[in-house]
Amino acid sequence: MSEEQVRNPPDEARVRDLVAEFLAGHDPAGSEPMEFLRARFDAGLAWVHYPVGLGGLAASRALQPVVDAAFAAAGAPDNEPGRIGIGLGMAAPTIRAHGTDAQRRRFLRPLWTGEEVWCQLFSEPGAGSDLAAVATRAVRDGADWLVTGQKVWTSIAHQARWGLLLARTDPDLPKHQGLTYFICDLTAPGVQVRPLRQLTGEAEFNEVFLTEVRIPDPHRLGGIGAGWLVARTTLMNERVAIGGGALPREGGMIGVLARTWRERPELRTPGMHDALLRLWVRAEAARLTGERLRQQLAAGEPGPEGSAAKLTFAQLNQEISGLELELVGSEGLGYDDWRLRRPDRVDFLGRVPGYRYLRARGNSIEGGTSEILRNIIADRVLRLPAEPRTDTDRPWRDLPR
Amino acid sequence: MTVDQDQRLPSVDLRYGELEEELRATVQEMLARLSPPAQVLARCESGDAYDAKLWRTMAVEMGLAGLAMPERYGGAGASLREAAVVLEELGRAVTPVPYLGSAVVATTALLAAGDEPLLTDLAAGAATVALAVPFGTAPGPDRAPPVVRAAGGGLTGTIRAVADALAADTLLVPATDGLYAVPAGAEGVSRHPMVSLDLTRPLCDLTLVGVTGRRVAAGPDGHRAAAAGLAAGAALLASEQLGLAQWCLDTTVEHVRTRHQFGRPVGSFQALRHRLADLWVELAQARAVARYAAACVAVDHPDTPVAAAVAQAFCGPVAVRAAEECVQLHGGIGFTWEHPAHLYLKRAKSAAIGFGTADRHRAALATLVDLPG
Repeated sequence: MSEEQVRNPPDEARVRDLVAEFLAGHDPAGSEPMEFLRARFDAGLAWVHYPVGLGGLAASRALQPVVDAAFAAAGAPDNEPGRIGIGLGMAAPTIRAHGTDAQRRRFLRPLWTGEEVWCQLFSEPGAGSDLAAVATRAVRDGADWLVTGQKVWTSIAHQARWGLLLARTDPDLPKHQGLTYFICDLTAPGVQVRPLRQLTGEAEFNEVFLTEVRIPDPHRLGGIGAGWLVARTTLMNERVAIGGGALPREGGMIGVLARTWRERPELRTPGMHDALLRLWVRAEAARLTGERLRQQLAAGEPGPEGSAAKLTFAQLNQEISGLELELVGSEGLGYDDWRLRRPDRVDFLGRVPGYRYLRARGNSIEGGTSEILRNIIADRVLRLPAEPRTDTDRPWRDLPR
Repeated sequence: MTVDQDQRLPSVDLRYGELEEELRATVQEMLARLSPPAQVLARCESGDAYDAKLWRTMAVEMGLAGLAMPERYGGAGASLREAAVVLEELGRAVTPVPYLGSAVVATTALLAAGDEPLLTDLAAGAATVALAVPFGTAPGPDRAPPVVRAAGGGLTGTIRAVADALAADTLLVPATDGLYAVPAGAEGVSRHPMVSLDLTRPLCDLTLVGVTGRRVAAGPDGHRAAAAGLAAGAALLASEQLGLAQWCLDTTVEHVRTRHQFGRPVGSFQALRHRLADLWVELAQARAVARYAAACVAVDHPDTPVAAAVAQAFCGPVAVRAAEECVQLHGGIGFTWEHPAHLYLKRAKSAAIGFGTADRHRAALATLVDLPG
């Protein structure tokens, strides 16, 4: 990036001009969609707050909605962000923050265009809330690493090309220090992906079995032993990605409940009415909190409120879906489909109340349990004294498992 | 308002501006100096609850009484957004001054009525005015008609549990045929101080017998002016509740960091850490809700009735919970008269009834957002 660009990041007018110039040279209707997306990335109009040369313009993040809206208005193809959420929301900021120049150049472009789908190989059967306890081993073998272990709750591993992998490289060090972060090729020999059926009947997630999977050292992200530091970047972005979107009033689950209430007067009782209004107020408060957070981020003054958004989202989804199931009464006794299926996305609004109720139970477990999120708020926001621990300064191999 | 309109709400700024932060710092510094909690407690016991000297400093010297008033009346030309920031700080310090009653509720009612003489006095700090309605009166169309009759010899009636009237020199009395300004010391006016649950916002019962007043707005105009004052009060009380809750959280966090039992700070026990984390989450939400209500009422936004109802349905209970947690997590010291936590608990619980309980505001929302029972 030139000094000129650092000193004078483009403003809204300049960014609009750049989009208009790009569209003049690339007909959204006439281009092959992937060619169009690659060219958009190369023009710095993918994520404008990224550096020049990596799909951005070093502009304010607040200008991204302007760019996206301009492309959408022109009928341009998009990168189907719903399909590549883990890549966009977690892999990209981690690679940007901790990757080498070569890694950034290799991975970010096909990540953004959606040519390469990413997943996250973090949780294990023995390492859930205590992620730093991961037991998957990476052993040095010449210029490569040989990785063996089991990962679990891996979204879209069955479609992914790459996985963000946290593995143990030194079991003799304390748990947080012996970890290293890798980029794992899911098409490599020794990777086996199996569907993991969940209590809703379907399988959004996978178990991933790794047996002597060979990872070249240039696919290590960050230093040997620096895995925990790198993983924290991924996790903070995960929580923002899960809880951070702006919604209209009655957006999300409360809208479903409110619509049922309005359309079905025969279901109403005083107790249900009170419960509905209490939840409506809390949902509106959560919406305004998200909106305030969004305004702060856009102004470049992120607040600690981000860590609360996912906690609130989970509580509300669970209580609202529980009330909806009771509101519909006997109809709530049925279910649509228990068969093992592989959905592409979580369809909260398109299915029956029973599905919403059951799926929402996962909201307070996935991406950091609500209990862990409360710990994070207690530690990092309120700066309360930590609970005494016995697992942080002993070799990982000596810990009870 | 229909739901379709709701979904197209224009965005309002929910952050604090630079000037608002400066204003906060000024008020905070002044309150720390002139009205620390120990002094507030001592004053409550003296029987002279309102701090008249402090109020004069705020109203006259600092010009805060006229903060949200247009310059043509001698005001500072700011808005209720800025007044909300002042209220956050007054809540944080449970300051016994009639700012909410005079500079927000009565001022907004008089601005709606367009009464220049009183507004000019208010802006200069030369008058302190209270709207003579029970503190528990919720805004909105279901409000009971005025109890004060205007007939023959003047205004007659009794109004119970009025806030900030003991500190006022002028009463704004809703009567059957309009809104009247009455000198608090006028012939026929008696103020009976209540033994109030909230030691820092003492209430009184007002009795008027054939009192002569000046009508500032007639008939429905008077009703509308009083309604505007109540809506502003309900919307901005949320900011006072937010500041109060913030003090309770900050003070409790500080306490559990340093209080040791079982050989460790009690704040290191997960049971307490999680309770305080949950409280912080609610506070972050209360801040967004209170800011939205203040921003709406400041520009007379069409969403103001919803914003004010959400603010009171949400922020009142948050402040009560914060104060209850403050008492509980302080343990024995929190239950003493000596520790100021009780001042916050009493203010929080009373404020949750002020301008209508959360339940009344939820009932109002049922109509406003089309969720009928």
